[in-house]
Amino acid sequence: MQKNILTYLENTAARLPDKLAFSTGKEGMTFSEVQRGAAAIGTFLAKEGLYGEPVVIFMDKHPRTVTAFFGVIYAGCFYVCLDEKMPEARMRSILETLRPRAMISDSKNLKKAQALGVERVWLYDDLAASEIESALLGSIRRRQCDTDPIYVVFTSGSTGVPKGVVACHRSVIDYTETLSVALEFSEETVFANQTPLYFDAPLKEIMPTLKFGATTYFVPKMLFSFPVRLIEYLNEYRINTICWVVSALIQISSLGAFDAILPKYLTKVAFGSEVFPRKQYDLWRAALPEASFYNLYGPTEATGMSCYWKADRVLAEDEPIPVGVPFDNTDILLLTEEGKRAAAGEEGEICMRGTCLTMGYYNNPEKTAEAFVQNPLNPYYPELIYRTGDVGRYNSYGELVFVCRKDSQIKHMGHRIELGEIEAAALRCDGVSRACSVYDADAKRIVLYYVGDGEEQALLRALGEYLPRYMLPTVLKRLEAMPLTDNGKLDRRTLKERATQL
Amino acid sequence: MERLLAILSDLHPDVDFATAEDLVDDGILDSLDIVTLVTEINGEFDVTIPAEEIVPENFNSAAALMALIEKLDEE
Repeated sequence: MQKNILTYLENTAARLPDKLAFSTGKEGMTFSEVQRGAAAIGTFLAKEGLYGEPVVIFMDKHPRTVTAFFGVIYAGCFYVCLDEKMPEARMRSILETLRPRAMISDSKNLKKAQALGVERVWLYDDLAASEIESALLGSIRRRQCDTDPIYVVFTSGSTGVPKGVVACHRSVIDYTETLSVALEFSEETVFANQTPLYFDAPLKEIMPTLKFGATTYFVPKMLFSFPVRLIEYLNEYRINTICWVVSALIQISSLGAFDAILPKYLTKVAFGSEVFPRKQYDLWRAALPEASFYNLYGPTEATGMSCYWKADRVLAEDEPIPVGVPFDNTDILLLTEEGKRAAAGEEGEICMRGTCLTMGYYNNPEKTAEAFVQNPLNPYYPELIYRTGDVGRYNSYGELVFVCRKDSQIKHMGHRIELGEIEAAALRCDGVSRACSVYDADAKRIVLYYVGDGEEQALLRALGEYLPRYMLPTVLKRLEAMPLTDNGKLDRRTLKERATQL
Repeated sequence: MERLLAILSDLHPDVDFATAEDLVDDGILDSLDIVTLVTEINGEFDVTIPAEEIVPENFNSAAALMALIEKLDEE
């Protein structure tokens, strides 16, 4: 039984040492380079006395960054990835939750990394040049269980504090195996990665790449603005598989790129993280009639994705794209408000059960207890399920269909956002006394209403200090006073209705 | 040019678009901005920017964008 994800890397490095594992296009690393680099970093960290604790990686997206992840895992620690695009306040909030003792950076980000106040900050290049001590790494491996964590990924939290999802070897192995079967990955797979490394989304490419000896290209972010150039890149590197957020796919189809050029090697298109508008989905199907399309669905808390739908039938005109069926070894429970199984066709909260469940939120037992709960269908022994807060139902094919969010958590441009976090940030800015954020789903706009004497542009700039770009409100609207409901609560419903008229 | 500058300023009020020259290379315009720009320019100037013209060279400055709009307008 495989108990450690490093086994993927080590097996493939032995079998295909000189094959390209990860590349930006310009710069790449082979499997043996990744493995040796990771083992060297692991040795260094272990000799520094680090074990079973977070190590922060603050580097640009590059094969070295992924190598650093595995270096951290070699040391028996778990990685947390920060990104230069993250606002400093968000980084500080993450570091406050983690209280890490060590950080790995690159020369470009070193200054910023050092300013964050972590005790020890090292340069990747120095660590990767360390001598590997196999006996030391072997003794760490023997101590480890497959329930030991390998990463913490931070998602948006409703109180303004991001929540760190802790995932272990076992759930990531389970995910890698079942995802690979469902999407039929192989050694021939050539991925183009789009998603940032500080989320769990890139596991879809990174882990199967190590398992099979496939190859992943990290597409330069700038190309996603220029669809023809992007497709040229896909063709240059003979990319056959992409797992991208819907927004990135729409960028290509909506700007008419398929009239100019087609991604001629692409045979597999997986998408997820938000609803794919049918018109754009149909443009993709028409452009690549031979390719397989997959809708993926799942929360970070259940390790990456949990469900998939292979587009093997024609959808009715007004039919939403189903999220389909769970991966093998994952069970979906559709639960009513009373904690009973929803009847056929009835809506219920989507809950997950199985090895896919992550360990919970780092340093946050309250939030963990709210979302990871005893299976209400099983009163007999401890068994946790994860409550997604998403509402779903089954269609007549027995496929799961996503209906909406239960609370104020939204999906905007592929990102999961708690509107409460935007409000919390607004309330930290000068000249804001009340704040309410709503989402105009039809126009895809985040609207922030506020009361106070601050100017709209000044507030937007101030919000940039606390929030990543994708969370910034599209529209700011100053009000003399917030509308209230009869019992004096902020009247979100009215504001949401008004938002469509702004 | 003024109409174009107004569209650009709506996206990033803090940038001086009259003089900025590396809007793409400096990471000022991201993919969201590009879509918004294409849509707004198509509407405001009654042109259709084809995908082939959506390349960094045409979006690095207001002057480059204006040249593109004028070229499309003549066609």
